[in-house]
Amino acid sequence: MSQPKDFGFDEDVQMLKESFARFLDEQKTIESLRPSIRGTEDPIHGADRPAFYDEKAWQQCIELGMHAVSIPEAQGGIGMGLVAATAIAEEIGRYAWASPLSNTLHATFVLNQADTANARALLEDMANGLRVALGIYGEEGSLLPDSTDVVADNHRLTGVSWYVQDAMKAQVLIVSAKTEQGVALYRVDLAQAGVTIHRDRIVDLTRDQAHVELVDAPASLLTAGGSECLEAAAPALATLMAADLAGAGEWQLQATSEYAKVRQQFDRPIGFFQAVKHPIVNMMIQVDEARSLVYNAAAAFDFDRDDAPRCAHLAKSSASDMGAFNARNSTQLHGGIGFTWEADVQIYHKRQIHSEFLFGDGTWHRTQLAELL
Amino acid sequence: MSERQLSQEQQEFREFCQRWIEENKPDPHPIPLPQAAYEVTDPTHLTYLQDWQAKCYEAGLIACDLPKIYGGHEMTDCQAIASAEVRKADVPYFINWIGLGMAVPTLLECGSEEQKARFLPPIFSGEEIWCQGFSEPGAGSDLASLQTSAVKEGDQWVINGSKVWTSLGHFAQFMLLLARHDKTDKYGGITYFLADMNQPGVTVKPIHKMTGESGFNEVFLDNATVPDAWRVGNVGDGWKVAMATLTSERGAGVGVGAVATESPTITMAQVIELAKTTRRNGRTVWDDPVWRDRLVKLYERIEAAVQNSRRAKLKHLNGGAMRIPLQGKLVGSEVGQELHHTALGILGLKSALYVRDPHAANDGKWPLGYMNTYTGTISGGSSEIQRNILGERVLGLPKTK
Repeated sequence: MSQPKDFGFDEDVQMLKESFARFLDEQKTIESLRPSIRGTEDPIHGADRPAFYDEKAWQQCIELGMHAVSIPEAQGGIGMGLVAATAIAEEIGRYAWASPLSNTLHATFVLNQADTANARALLEDMANGLRVALGIYGEEGSLLPDSTDVVADNHRLTGVSWYVQDAMKAQVLIVSAKTEQGVALYRVDLAQAGVTIHRDRIVDLTRDQAHVELVDAPASLLTAGGSECLEAAAPALATLMAADLAGAGEWQLQATSEYAKVRQQFDRPIGFFQAVKHPIVNMMIQVDEARSLVYNAAAAFDFDRDDAPRCAHLAKSSASDMGAFNARNSTQLHGGIGFTWEADVQIYHKRQIHSEFLFGDGTWHRTQLAELL
Repeated sequence: MSERQLSQEQQEFREFCQRWIEENKPDPHPIPLPQAAYEVTDPTHLTYLQDWQAKCYEAGLIACDLPKIYGGHEMTDCQAIASAEVRKADVPYFINWIGLGMAVPTLLECGSEEQKARFLPPIFSGEEIWCQGFSEPGAGSDLASLQTSAVKEGDQWVINGSKVWTSLGHFAQFMLLLARHDKTDKYGGITYFLADMNQPGVTVKPIHKMTGESGFNEVFLDNATVPDAWRVGNVGDGWKVAMATLTSERGAGVGVGAVATESPTITMAQVIELAKTTRRNGRTVWDDPVWRDRLVKLYERIEAAVQNSRRAKLKHLNGGAMRIPLQGKLVGSEVGQELHHTALGILGLKSALYVRDPHAANDGKWPLGYMNTYTGTISGGSSEIQRNILGERVLGLPKTK
């Protein structure tokens, strides 16, 4: 099977992407994030940050159907593929939007690989607005699908699920846990006895993170084949995060380029000088490579599944390196102002270095990719 | 391009190309050809390559989509297919690459009807070889500072000056010539001509590259003449016409002739194979994770170039018509250079063994190829100039001048 020339980016996907971008533009995402980080600057004496997200905006997002874009129609979703979800993820990155939407997309692609009644029921709940997060890491943060510090015993879970993204915005956790037959995925309600959410203090201002402690917590089985399910979903998760990086990377490029046109030194806009101009062009080259590989990876997942792992490794390897590169250059080329708390580039910088490692960094993806060559 | 997106004409044409190439592939020349068309100096190579290009043209693999009056074959959207099939096949390159890649698009965009009818067909057949007379000893990156003069006398122009880095100058019948008719106007004082190389006022002297190969030249113009009818565009429009040529040279133009060079994807596969088969320090180079990471990073960038050209064609995803095409030459040449340097690293001490050393890998292809990658990063606007162009034209940064 082969991919369509246009990456599967048909009119429906284009319209979806444009209307979502318009929606996020109206949200003034960075401006509305700002109050939540005010007063939290000082890492030693500052206040803890609330797990910010704009509930009204999230409700509007649900009304637009963005949360259900890849939930199957039978479960009340729109039933579009990874190409559509990737288009959305790119805009989330571009606007650095703090919301439960990234989690929702990630959970959708995990559950879509499970094919059980319980997984379908959870998808249906998500289509109705339930907020779900993934608890798939142990403390060492290993990316292998069977690594977890949680143990299941007769549908009750004990252990700690680490690096749970946007946990404070979630109602339900999909937890990978060891059973006698291997790793299984469970549904755990976060608001119940036996569940304690320990908020992590993280660098990224646009996300929250926690480790979730489970003590004999009641859970329902989503699939006994947890490793297989996570392995099948891995290309989708890597591609979605790569898209987020690419969207944010383009924002970093444009912001830096615009700044170089207005900031004057030595009687000229700094963008006149090749020492500034050329690194900005390098940012563009990197973001274009990442973006093309992202679309290719999304189309591979939808149209040529056998090639999806290779393409996803390419996309996340490229996007992770680009995210780090563009972050570095955006701060450096903004000079002193870019180093301050008041600069928007610092918000994106932190988001990018968080995304760089989420679902695997460049080195890890290249190691995996080498096995396929 | 997958089968289902092709029209019936295209599908049939692709099968025809494959069959034709298979049946007409020439026997190798007794003396191995140099790596690229711009390094050909042996006259028997020239004849051999001209014959091959003429056959391809007669068969309809060159000038597929152009009208008959220009020597074309009047097909629809078939050139890309022919070019792809020629690139895929293990066949010689087209010797008239400057003619096909630069003269043709320039003439199609800016030439008179008379010029197109006169000059295009023998370019396609390879009968008349072309060279490019832009750079001068004193005008490299700052091309518009060129000093070669053009003085109108009656219905012809008298040309004096010298050109440098002239690939194929030793074989060429014609030159794409930039000359100055007005010393007081840097950009507006330049006019574009088609100059006959076979005349007493033209002297061609070979230059040897760092590889030791030749193929390019210095060309001295000493009262050479060009008829006014062979002026392209108006007097003073030379810079604009030159931009059309350079856009094609840098890979952003509309391709009309197939230019067969080894694709980066193929070179990449060869380098990975080299790493898998080269043993050192008790293991293959591929088994060294540091080397493997470097190689896979290059693999990623080459795959990105493939996907970039796919995305460049999609209006709603390309970020503007010129954004990706203008990166093509810059990124392709830099990644190619890195790739060749990596091949040297894989070979280690063996990379010192050069052409005709009996123990050299691939008869010294890797060090030779590595040195030749500087052709890509320097000629046709150096990487530094490319970054200026991208920053200014795509991102709107202030002009460096």
